[in-house]
Amino acid sequence: MSARTINFTLNGQAVSTAIEPHRNLVELLQRFDLFGARESCGQGLCGCCTVLVDGRAVSGCLYFAVWVDGKAVTTVEHLDADGVLSNVQEAFIACGAFQCGFCTPGFVLMCQQLLKQHPDPSDEDIRHYLSGNLCRCAAYPEIVAAVKQAAKTAATRVGN
Amino acid sequence: MNQIGRDFPRLEARAKVTGRAEYTHNLRLPGMLYGKVFRSTVPHGRIRNIDTTAARALAGVHRVVTGENIRKLIPEPYYGPAFHDQPILALDKVRYVGEPVAAVLASDPHIAEQAAQLITAEYDELPAVYDELAAVKPDTLVHETLRPAGTFADLKHLRGRRGTNVALDYHLRRGDVDKAFAAADRVFEHTFKTQQCLHLPFEPHVAIAEPGDARLTIYTSNQTPSFVRIEIARLFGWPENRVRVKVPYLGGGYGSKVYVKLEALVAALAMLAQRPVKIALTMEEQFYMITKHPTTFNIKSGLDKDGRLMARSCEVYWNGGAYADIGPRVTQKSGFTAAGPYDIENVSIDSYALYTNRTPAGALRGFGVPQLVWGYESHTDLIARELGMDPVAFRRKNILRNGRPQASGTVLQDAAIAEVLEALVARIGWDAPFDRGAGTLRRGRGIAVGLKASISPTTSVAVVNVSADGSVYLYKSTVDMGQGADTAFAQIVGEVLDVKAEDVRVVAPDTDVTPYDMGTLGSRSLFHMGNAVRLAAEDARAKLRALAAEAGLPAGTNYPPAEIFKKRYGMQAGNVIGTASFVPKYQPPDAQSGMSENVTPFWMVGGAAAEVEVDTETGQIRILRLINAADCGKPINPAVARTQLSGASIMQLGFTLSEAMQLDGGQVTNASLADYKIPGIGDIPPMENELVDAEQHSGPFGAKGLGESGTFGVSPAIANAIHDAVGVRIAELPITAEAVLRALRVKDGRPLEDD
Repeated sequence: MSARTINFTLNGQAVSTAIEPHRNLVELLQRFDLFGARESCGQGLCGCCTVLVDGRAVSGCLYFAVWVDGKAVTTVEHLDADGVLSNVQEAFIACGAFQCGFCTPGFVLMCQQLLKQHPDPSDEDIRHYLSGNLCRCAAYPEIVAAVKQAAKTAATRVGN
Repeated sequence: MNQIGRDFPRLEARAKVTGRAEYTHNLRLPGMLYGKVFRSTVPHGRIRNIDTTAARALAGVHRVVTGENIRKLIPEPYYGPAFHDQPILALDKVRYVGEPVAAVLASDPHIAEQAAQLITAEYDELPAVYDELAAVKPDTLVHETLRPAGTFADLKHLRGRRGTNVALDYHLRRGDVDKAFAAADRVFEHTFKTQQCLHLPFEPHVAIAEPGDARLTIYTSNQTPSFVRIEIARLFGWPENRVRVKVPYLGGGYGSKVYVKLEALVAALAMLAQRPVKIALTMEEQFYMITKHPTTFNIKSGLDKDGRLMARSCEVYWNGGAYADIGPRVTQKSGFTAAGPYDIENVSIDSYALYTNRTPAGALRGFGVPQLVWGYESHTDLIARELGMDPVAFRRKNILRNGRPQASGTVLQDAAIAEVLEALVARIGWDAPFDRGAGTLRRGRGIAVGLKASISPTTSVAVVNVSADGSVYLYKSTVDMGQGADTAFAQIVGEVLDVKAEDVRVVAPDTDVTPYDMGTLGSRSLFHMGNAVRLAAEDARAKLRALAAEAGLPAGTNYPPAEIFKKRYGMQAGNVIGTASFVPKYQPPDAQSGMSENVTPFWMVGGAAAEVEVDTETGQIRILRLINAADCGKPINPAVARTQLSGASIMQLGFTLSEAMQLDGGQVTNASLADYKIPGIGDIPPMENELVDAEQHSGPFGAKGLGESGTFGVSPAIANAIHDAVGVRIAELPITAEAVLRALRVKDGRPLEDD
């Protein structure tokens, strides 16, 4: 299949690349040496491949790479671009909200978006919002605690 | 500096929340080919023909490899930790649906996948056997001959055995069970079953092999780098030092990534192609790699008129699937605890590992113990109810206490069974009245406690390196797969050498650099490697003192290491290497009685208490409270330890309520996260976790492993709570709403029709 040239903003930088239409967003990001979005279930169910496109969380494994043409893509690697962790990242560390860490970038990005929409989320808001992210190590109680702690600290900085 | 008992975030926390942690999943090498596996579509058959013509003709395909191609490279291409029974790619026969039959190599993974779909194979199908009890009869043989590895002395007698699917039978005889049953006031007998389920780490199995000049480097998501090195070297007939195994962080393991999984295949492919080869499984393919044993457990107990357990007999059948993997070890190492944490004079245990035509089964967070606890704690609860005794009072009366012999004859030490039980009782408020519900919503409570031995005998080696500026490295081959091993070891080193744990550089497993370790499994690391790390750090400390003496510094003073080096070598130069091996004492079980005076270096204890609500109209279960308690000795890092306890419990909650691999004609029909339901954030009940006050005197700073203990009690605690709520007993996992409703309807005398 022939490659198509796409232009998009990746973590704040204008970039251009040629990519075949059957490749997904996770593969595209790997070409830019970004590995924080990870394909795991391949069905958009686990959330390990979560990426923000124009500020909205998408499953990178189900999102064709060519669809980001003209859009802004933010990955987990951008959250500490200024050398400072986001409040969600800080809270995940403080609350021990992960074990193996494979699903963590997806949770972090989803929590950034959650707090934008629900600055003071209830347990129910958190459960509802994070129902599309799975953690096989099952750090769920710690993740809920981390979201609440992050909500208490400053508003989220990133997420376009 | 007090590093033990300190709560601080794991060493790699920042790398994990920023998405920069290293996993094999991320790794790409120059010139690397991607491999895709073509798998068997039949559960049992002789391979008549494999047609790879169309696959080889596809543009971009580098090579297609079958078992026969590998046999030319490796004359005996069979691997496995207990038995050398698993071919790298199927040879002559296939034994389960999903078994690797051929592999395609291409520079693009999509092309490899497309080519794999173009391969066809023809088989002469053979009858298949799926059930562990059916497999006891030798009507359908999965293997013609048993092929035990030389590794384990107690398996050698099985070599060449024919005409059976029993890979290993383990027997324990303590006292006189028959006589005790004859004398018993009451005898109870039940059967409990468990289903086939899976680990499903979110980083599915992935491995890369990079060929060198008659050597190989293997990058792999694996829990046992030292074993992989030895086994790959054995397959090629090489010395160990020609195989280098490197393991970064693991995106989950839970026992799925022990011993050889993809490594032999990528090694063979890389040697054939003379290029680096990567194989990364999909989530679906994990259903064809390794699973948890389905079991049938027949358990029978005799009691005296005071409600004391006099005798217990246990028959356990482990459905090991098509290849033994570590199943025979599970059969014995967990088998001898099948009578549970009770003080019983007369015990018989018969534990059988069986071959069937299913995906192989191995170790999943508990090494078989959760299946046993499910049986014996359900059985124990039923006995108490039949006797009209409170289930907790019954347990208190019969529980095994420190200083008393376990069924194996090994005297129990540092096992906080009673403490775990009492912690659960106190937290759930067992003796206080509670809301039992009304109408169609009924509530009940249950409790369960399990006991596990450690895998023995096993060896761990550690190296601690103090640099000339006093900064410290730790070299060990324990794999950090999320359990926090690196962090705990850094705390141990820090405690001994008086440095902050965060400042200890923990070197990731690399068998060219890091010393031998038996494996990261069975909750053994903190005890075994933890002891080795402590001893290695103490060795480094002693050598630093010797260096200070050599440098003419007065004894008894506390010079910083940097000054010692500078004084001795005249500049910032040199280093001090502390080393240690740790091998606990062990006595193998007697071949006849199955008994041993020293069967394990330490015991793990875990339990759960649950309060549930059952909807009698639908069978739906809601967990209102789930309390977990475990004995991990003195925790090194209590915060990390508690997440282990909680995580293990939630994982077991999935195995209890929803997870089950479905088979139709040997074909897995729910091989995806869409159809195989693991716990999500909405499934988590209110939970409490308690690490009981305990000490493992032989452990590093009083600590021992915890990774599995949280799984033990969950399933029977819930089944016992359901019984308490609505008076029905679920004897088979998972406990679905349908199962509960069926049981309720049977109890009401109006059973539902079968499907």
